[in-house]
Amino acid sequence: MSEIPSDLKYTSTHEWVREEDDGTLTVGITDHAQHLLGDLVFIELPQLNSEYRVGSECCVVESVKAASDVYAPVSGEVIAINDALTDRPELANSDPYGEGWLFQINPADPAELDELMDADSYEEQFADSED
Amino acid sequence: MSKKTALYEQHIAAGGKMVDFAGWEMPIHYGSQLNEHHYIRQEVGVFDVSHMTIVDVKGADSKTYLRYVLANDVAKLKEPGKALYTCMLNEQAGIIDDLIVYFIAKDCYRLVVNAATREKDLAWLNKQAQAFQISLQVRTDLAILAIQGPQACQKVDSLLAQEFLAKLDGLKNFQFLMTKDWLVARTGYTGEDGYEIMLPNEQVAKFWQAILAAGIKPCGLGARDTLRLEAGLNLYGSDMDESTTPLESNLAWTVAMQPEERDFIGRSSLIKQQQRGIEHKLVGVVLAERGVLRSHQRVVLADGSSGETTSGTFSPTLNKGIALARVPASIKDTCQIDMRGKLVTAHVVKPLFVKQGLPTQQINLILNLNTVRENL
Repeated sequence: MSEIPSDLKYTSTHEWVREEDDGTLTVGITDHAQHLLGDLVFIELPQLNSEYRVGSECCVVESVKAASDVYAPVSGEVIAINDALTDRPELANSDPYGEGWLFQINPADPAELDELMDADSYEEQFADSED
Repeated sequence: MSKKTALYEQHIAAGGKMVDFAGWEMPIHYGSQLNEHHYIRQEVGVFDVSHMTIVDVKGADSKTYLRYVLANDVAKLKEPGKALYTCMLNEQAGIIDDLIVYFIAKDCYRLVVNAATREKDLAWLNKQAQAFQISLQVRTDLAILAIQGPQACQKVDSLLAQEFLAKLDGLKNFQFLMTKDWLVARTGYTGEDGYEIMLPNEQVAKFWQAILAAGIKPCGLGARDTLRLEAGLNLYGSDMDESTTPLESNLAWTVAMQPEERDFIGRSSLIKQQQRGIEHKLVGVVLAERGVLRSHQRVVLADGSSGETTSGTFSPTLNKGIALARVPASIKDTCQIDMRGKLVTAHVVKPLFVKQGLPTQQINLILNLNTVRENL
């Protein structure tokens, strides 16, 4: 079974979002997503300081099997990217909610956060099918 | 209703993630495709490839028949116990399938053909058989295991029956040994040393367990694909099919044009193609930057002409995106690949990336070159 931490928010496209104390958001892909993709071998991170609209493609994660887009969970400016993934993309497999985070975004419209799902809804709708 | 091999329960027990492969439920990996790839390059692993089709050709005309149906010449097999790789062509020299043919006895050969092409292969073989004194028998009673890796022979030899043991030492590449219902061949699809073993379905589970107990790791078809691609081995249906000939698929070496008097299906079309000139060839490409190549990506040459990747992946041994690509024969040392709308530079190489666990000399030169550039 995949892990779905209850303190995070989720999207229907399998991103997780953590609200930091300073109001910025940390984003990654869920355990369920990394499991579906299999061994990750390349991650194309978003451009630092670029602006993305909610739902737009901002990042690509590639496994041996397939390439998959990661979408901006909210609109905003990317203020940090996880450079460690350039050499060690497998961190997003082994620790998707920790060392495998992808980027941080400064939300342009905090109201968009309300559109995200909590852990229960995500599990119910998207992650309850085993593998 | 998908088909299951005799090892289905064993795959589930070993944690295999099962997927549909040409109508068969097969393990794509048992946890990590990358680890399985490395086991085979560095140690040893085992694949269940029982989904492949075994066809025995028997009868007085077996040799004559196969010399007509196959593009390589079974007359090269001077004595039983030797095998060769060949294409089976249609009249236009398009590739119906690629296969290995084993010379068992004067009037008996065995073919191992792909799972995905089973029905059309059997229809074709039967159709061509009309004029010959032969019979075809599909051996659904047999399973096939591929045990591959630098330690394969050392680990497997002791598990084989006494009657094989004395002879295994001298077994060379593309040679095989046979008892009544077991066949042990020094062949494979990974670029590593190893065996492919055919044995009765009812004995395979026990042998599989003995193999795992000897420390040989189960490996899925995912790793098999990245291994064969690193080794520059074509995959039927991706790198070649009925719309391509061996001459544009890096397989001219498998076609025996000599002796000239041998008439095989596709011969006259191949001669015509040679006379016209070969416009396309299959090459290897290695991404200069980080990334993963996929099949059906556009390859753009310096002169503006273009080709296409036929299979692509991330090479776990090289840590680079690699692919086979069918391109205009005029291609030079570098090209551009259309990756999701962005043109990126790739090196053009011989379609062979890794040999016996190590990058080829050509690949080494390129990888070192890149390191030097990054340091400047």
